[in-house]
Amino acid sequence: MTWFLDNFSHIRDLALTHLWLSIVPVVLGFVIAVPVGWWAQRHSRWRALVLGSGGILYSLPSLPLLVILPGILGTSFLDPVNVVVVLTLYAVALLVRTAADAFAQLPPDVLDAATANGHSGLQRVVRVELPLAGPVLLAGVRVVSVSTVSLVTVGAIIGVTNLGSLFTDGFRRDFTTEIVIGVLAVVAIALLLDGLWVLLGRILLPWSTKTGRAA
Amino acid sequence: MSSVFVEAADWLADPVHWSGVDGIPHRLLEHVGYSALTVAIASVVALPLGLWIGHTGRFRGFAIALTGAVRALPTLGLLTLAVLWVGIGLTAPIVALVVLAIPPLLAGAYAGIEAVDRRTVDAARAQGMTEWQVLARVEVPLALPLILGGVRSAVLQVVATATIAAYIGLGGLGRYLIDGVAVRDYPQTLSGSLVVVLLALVLDGAFAVVQRLAVRAA
Repeated sequence: MTWFLDNFSHIRDLALTHLWLSIVPVVLGFVIAVPVGWWAQRHSRWRALVLGSGGILYSLPSLPLLVILPGILGTSFLDPVNVVVVLTLYAVALLVRTAADAFAQLPPDVLDAATANGHSGLQRVVRVELPLAGPVLLAGVRVVSVSTVSLVTVGAIIGVTNLGSLFTDGFRRDFTTEIVIGVLAVVAIALLLDGLWVLLGRILLPWSTKTGRAA
Repeated sequence: MSSVFVEAADWLADPVHWSGVDGIPHRLLEHVGYSALTVAIASVVALPLGLWIGHTGRFRGFAIALTGAVRALPTLGLLTLAVLWVGIGLTAPIVALVVLAIPPLLAGAYAGIEAVDRRTVDAARAQGMTEWQVLARVEVPLALPLILGGVRSAVLQVVATATIAAYIGLGGLGRYLIDGVAVRDYPQTLSGSLVVVLLALVLDGAFAVVQRLAVRAA
C-alpha cells in the first residue's frame, strides 16, 4: 500500500497509457469489423472465407506478431503502434464473426417492413439493422475489450511501456507487491472500460437495458 | 521490410540453429511438451467439471463468471507472480498456464452438453438409460464438436502463452524471442516468432480437421 501511494503518479501514467492502448484497438476493430461482418453475412459465398480468415488471424500468438510486425510495417521495434495494430487485428478477427451473427439473426419480416416503409438500402442499415444488431454487437465488444486490456501487457516484454511494465519491473527486482498492484490495476482498467461500453450501450440502445451480458 | 526477413531466412537456414539444446528441433519439442502437459492437467480438472455442470445445470452462473473473470487476468502478471512465489522451475509456468487453459475447456464442455437437445436426452432416459449412460452415450458424443472447440482454443492459447513463459526462464520457442530481444538480435527474434506462428497454424489446421470429423461422426 505504501508503495502504491509513493508511486501513484507513475502508476497513473502507466494506467492512462494502458487505457489508451486498449481503447484504440477496440474502437478501430469495431469500425472495421461491423461493415465487413455485415457484408460477409450478405454474401454467403464469402462468409466462410471471411470468418475462416478471422479464425486463423486469431490463432496467431501475440508476442511473435509484435516482433514480426515492425519488419512488415517498417515501424520501430518499440513503437506502441505495433501493439495497437496487433490488438486491432485480434479485435477485427473476433468481431467480424460477432457482427455476421448479429446481422444474421435479424428477423426477415422486420427488414422487409423497413423496405416497404420506403427506407433506402443505406437508411435500412443505419436505422433498422444496426440498432437491432446493437445488443449482440455490444456483447462482442465487451468480450474483446476485456481480453484486449489483458493482452496489452504482453507489449511490456519487448519494452512498450504500459501497466505490464509493473510485471517486468517487479520480476526484475523480485518485488511481488508491484506485480500484484499491476494485476489489480489491469483488472480495474478492464472493469472500467467494460462499464464504459455498458454505459454507451444504455445511451445508444435505451430499449435493451437488460441485454448485453458478456457471452 | 525485405532485408529483415532475408536475415531471418539466413538464420533459419543456418545448420548451427538446427542441432543441440538451443537448436530448433529441441526447442520445438520443449514447447510442444510444456503445452501438452499443461493442457493434459487442465483437461483432467476442467473437462469432468464442465460435463457435470452441463449435465446437471448446477453452478452454471459460476462457470460463466469464472470464464469471464479469468479473461481479464493478465497472463504475464500471473507468470511473474507465480515464479516469485514458487521459484524458478517448471511448476510456476505450468500453474499459470493451467489457469489460462481451464476456462476455454470448461466453457466448451458445459456449453456443449447444454446445447444437446433436451428431447433427445429425455428420450434416452425414457429408454431406461441411467444418468451415467445418458452422459457417456448420448450427451458427450453429441457435444463432441463443441468440447473439441474448447480444447482447440485452450491448446492455441497455451502454445501462444508458452512463448511468453520464456520470459521467466522457461525453455521452448519463446527463448529465441526473449533472448533475441535482450541482445537486440532481430533475426533470431524474428525466426523464433515465425516458427511459433507456423506451429500455431499447423495445430489450428489439425484441430479444424479433427473437429470436422467429429461433426460428421456426431
